[in-house]
Amino acid sequence: MKKLTISLLSLAGAGLIIASCSDDDNNDTSRTVTKSEVVANYAKIVYQNYKDAYDDAVELETAINAFTANPTSAGFDTAKTKWKEARESYGTTEAFRFANGPIDDEDGPEGLINAWPLDENYIDYVDDNGTIVNGGIINSTATVEITKEYLSALNEDGGEKNISTGYHAIEFLLWGQDLTAPAEKKAGLRAYTDYLDGSAAINQAKRRQYLNVVADLLTDNLDYLVKQWEEGGEYRTVFLALPVDIALQNIYLGIATLASAELAVERMDVALANMDQEDEHSCFSDNTHRDIYLNFKGIENVYEGEYGNIDGPSLEDLVRQANNQVATDTDKAFDETEDDIEAIAIPFDFAISQGATSTEGAKVKKAVLALQEKLGANLLAGASALGISVTIE
Amino acid sequence: MKKYVYALVAASLFIAGCSKDDSSDYVPLSAEAGEEFSGGVATVSNATEEAFGFAYNGLSASESTDFGVGNSFFRQSWVSAPSSTTARDGLGPFYNAVACASCHFKDGRGRPPLYDGELGRGLLLRLSIPGMDPHGGPLADPTYGGQLQDNAILGPIIKGQIGITYETITETFDDGTSVELKKPIYTINNLGYGSLASGLMISPRVGNQIIGLGLLEAVPDAAILGFADEFDNDGDGISGRPNYVYDIQSNSQKLGRFGWKANQPNVKQQVAAAFSNDMGITSYMFPNENCPPGVDCGSIPNGGTPEIADLAFDRVVLYSRVLAVPIRRNHNDQDVLNGKKLFNDMQCVACHKPKMQTGDSYFISGYQNQTIRPYTDLLLHDMGENLADNATDFLASGSEWRTPPLWGIGLVQTVNKHTNFLHDGRARNLTEAILWHGGEAQAAKEKFKKLSAKEREDVIRFLNSL
Repeated sequence: MKKLTISLLSLAGAGLIIASCSDDDNNDTSRTVTKSEVVANYAKIVYQNYKDAYDDAVELETAINAFTANPTSAGFDTAKTKWKEARESYGTTEAFRFANGPIDDEDGPEGLINAWPLDENYIDYVDDNGTIVNGGIINSTATVEITKEYLSALNEDGGEKNISTGYHAIEFLLWGQDLTAPAEKKAGLRAYTDYLDGSAAINQAKRRQYLNVVADLLTDNLDYLVKQWEEGGEYRTVFLALPVDIALQNIYLGIATLASAELAVERMDVALANMDQEDEHSCFSDNTHRDIYLNFKGIENVYEGEYGNIDGPSLEDLVRQANNQVATDTDKAFDETEDDIEAIAIPFDFAISQGATSTEGAKVKKAVLALQEKLGANLLAGASALGISVTIE
Repeated sequence: MKKYVYALVAASLFIAGCSKDDSSDYVPLSAEAGEEFSGGVATVSNATEEAFGFAYNGLSASESTDFGVGNSFFRQSWVSAPSSTTARDGLGPFYNAVACASCHFKDGRGRPPLYDGELGRGLLLRLSIPGMDPHGGPLADPTYGGQLQDNAILGPIIKGQIGITYETITETFDDGTSVELKKPIYTINNLGYGSLASGLMISPRVGNQIIGLGLLEAVPDAAILGFADEFDNDGDGISGRPNYVYDIQSNSQKLGRFGWKANQPNVKQQVAAAFSNDMGITSYMFPNENCPPGVDCGSIPNGGTPEIADLAFDRVVLYSRVLAVPIRRNHNDQDVLNGKKLFNDMQCVACHKPKMQTGDSYFISGYQNQTIRPYTDLLLHDMGENLADNATDFLASGSEWRTPPLWGIGLVQTVNKHTNFLHDGRARNLTEAILWHGGEAQAAKEKFKKLSAKEREDVIRFLNSL
């Protein structure tokens, strides 16, 4: 049991803090909510989002299995489409990370699901400046049976981060390396014949097997999260039993860390600073711009208490009850940050390719600063207005 | 939390400093003003598992970006070459771990393996044979080099695996309770490239926490040398002495202050050596791979020349310098203050110096003229036979170790989920760590053994507050 020695300011009189009885109404009817209601609504959202991610991953697995059973160009495209669709529901779940939840605790499957960078050379052939290197498990001459157990064991060997399973492993197997210049705005161009017996490729059977296995592992790992968060699920029970300020602190840690650190810095600023074409998370499919947007959307979902059909008590409601000004500022921050993110050129490797001082790079930098200085800062101000103390990287 | 109020039992252990004016009243101990800010201006108020991962909050905007990049390179795995992620490839061919964060998880402390064959958790073995290299440093094993990398990328044969067996040493307190210490005996098994040299010495070392390193860099040489008393001129039994080591960039001998035997002169060289030895990542400071005879590393794809770009490397160095020190916890509690007093009375402070000043010339201006409390003198001390690895390292003898800083040790459990301490993590908790002390520290250890259970707990509470 972790002992949290964070100071929690008392909320005494918070209900009294009304910055101004302004009636500059937005059209939303403000609810009066309790912290417990907000926590309960959050749990509903988390469950539903993981469930959607799981369902989409099942569709992806189905498409992959259909493709490997009978490799065709059309089937390959369907699998790729399903992959991108699956990323739409997964991307928003990243707002539940960094929140002391089951996704990234000691036994958490985050690394098995979304690890980056991928050790391509560990999986399959790679192109080394025009020379094909036929390496990896797929091309290995050692007789190994590629099974879920085998890959899981490899990836858990001695504290190593998982490098060969998850969404990006599937992405690599479907798209291959992105070998074109960023200005061409093309993704990886792997041929479906890599999986077709009798083609010019080698080790097609092992490649099919690998793809099937990682797709299967993905749904297993997402299912674990669904089960943790469903009604009566192990973590949901723990979460709902937490002292309400601790639960809220966890929620805030998740969205604030994602906004200010993981998304803004790790995924955007670092890529921009490195100017390295493939220092982007969905580098094979050139889908990183969606990852970025969806991470933002996930934060917004949590803050507004809305996801899919769910629209319930939210942090926004609590913040508005505590300090109307901060709530208004936060709304503005969300709007401006969203605009800045949407202004970034697509694909992302093109946007970052010339660095922070280029026209496109400057737009990325603007979004980074918006995430940190507008969104992140306002989220923390909101937490503070509720008496929740949050220190993030 | 109950506050214990009790009278101190008079004993020869306790240096009488208590006022005797009113012996019937207990005089509460008080903390020194500001002592909770162990890292001075670079102290962070956090005691969660993220506690070691916060930057000094005085970085400029561009330094913050650099920190972010450094953090990314510290946390993310390196992959084997060739790879699309050209900034991140070049792992190995021989390595101990795929990421800095493997052994320094959450910028914290590594630990020895829990079972045979568990890799990349933080323990590595340095190798040396009798003699010195041209710079006065340890002489590497001709086949296996200066460090055993116990893993490799797909393809090359792994150099070898660490094997550990344990002997038991029993220590008994004056109150009758005893503790079994586990002394590790190291072997290298499944050698991939032939025999080890005769007379090979193995020095086991775990990854240390990364906090406060820039602050330690900012302490002037003179301050550290001022703590030294190599010939025990003051007759107190303590003879700390500096290690002088080879500094690559200046091609000269400099005061060593980082590493378990103070074998690195600065953070940059420590980081470069770690990239090279622990992950097989070449940099502008260490441009060559660690290749055993018979393996042509030139024919194995590498991640560029060097494998970590200069700018990225410098950012990792900055990152490693500016991680803040977590604020003390419970520093005002009477038990903690009592433990602090005992720590002082037992002369633990002779080597674990509580306080020092940084100088006025560090490149991070906020780090200048800070009072910091690392609880170390950064000097070498003979720690006795049981802790000896019998491997020299520049001027350090086979039984000498640098006094490690104690700041942050109370959070290792929270951050890294273990309490393995000392150079190879052999102590399974802080009490064991104290009981391992020998040599110059033998007298202090004996005093510790004489303490009552409550007093020992207070000492541990104090250490856990750091």
